[in-house]
Amino acid sequence: MSQVNGAFWSGFRQGLPFILVIVPFALLFGVIATEAGLSIVETLGFSVVVIAGAAQFTALQLMTEQAPTLIVLASALAVNLRMAMYSATLAPHLGKAPMWKRALAAYVLVDQVFAISSLEYEKRRDMSVAAKWSFMIGTAAPVVPLWYLATYLGAYIGSAIPPELALDFAVPITFLAMIGPALRTLAHIGAAATALAVSPMLIWVPHSLNIMLAGIAAMIVGAAIEKRMGGV
Amino acid sequence: MIETQTLWIVIIGLGAGSFFLRFVFLGLIGDRPIPDWILRHLRYTAVGFLPAIASPLVLMPPATDGQLDPARMAAGVVTLLVGYFSKSVLWAIFSGAVSLYGLLYLLG
Repeated sequence: MSQVNGAFWSGFRQGLPFILVIVPFALLFGVIATEAGLSIVETLGFSVVVIAGAAQFTALQLMTEQAPTLIVLASALAVNLRMAMYSATLAPHLGKAPMWKRALAAYVLVDQVFAISSLEYEKRRDMSVAAKWSFMIGTAAPVVPLWYLATYLGAYIGSAIPPELALDFAVPITFLAMIGPALRTLAHIGAAATALAVSPMLIWVPHSLNIMLAGIAAMIVGAAIEKRMGGV
Repeated sequence: MIETQTLWIVIIGLGAGSFFLRFVFLGLIGDRPIPDWILRHLRYTAVGFLPAIASPLVLMPPATDGQLDPARMAAGVVTLLVGYFSKSVLWAIFSGAVSLYGLLYLLG
């Protein structure tokens, strides 16, 4: 039991610094969502039900562009496809945990929780399944509640922000900021460059489908480069 | 204006779909192996879809009715470059916001 307890607090400590990433992002979502006309309850509902910033921004952006609901859902879920990769990476470590534990782990499986946990599992291969789960929940413990709280605060102050602040540009700035640090290999760069070029070229395609088409083309390019380079 | 009913369909649909994506291998497939080609494509979802959403907004901002806007264009380039070289999302956002406000002010 003490190993399990220790794992929780070790995860908690490693999760703490990510508050600095989570809080501004959630605040921004709260502000942008209320600017788009959402109530505080609706904005908070978004963050609690979905907990995935990039997908939430995508859905919001497409809804303000009046895209059909199916396209909104498909595009925002496509942004979240990486979560399936996180799930696959963690499955060998947590696949034997009880079902309710796996369900809870899936709910809190955000980028930061994945990054910290997968590194820790590689480093400390002697951890029990119970300890691994506690560690992961520990990393989420400071991050997830603050995600809700900062969304609420953002929604609360959002209505007080004047339009001169050009917040229309918050989504592209935030997304471009997330791309840079993710460009670790030539394959990542090839994928991102494909998407940057193809998406505006296909802007004439109806229902904002240019996003889906450019994103799929980018995945194919990235995977093809990776294969040619002999895996990374 | 976003309709309330549409909004809740999106929130619940996106929540259920995101949970499914996070749960699919962890909960349903357990610790069975997953084909390499699937993982290889999934690795490029984030770097594929984020720029696909951002680049039309940078090149054809709705705020200027789709006309190329030097301030927004430059801010986008600065954000991408600072993110790439600093490896820090927060520094990139900060630099992008400073260049956007600076240029909007200078270019009037």
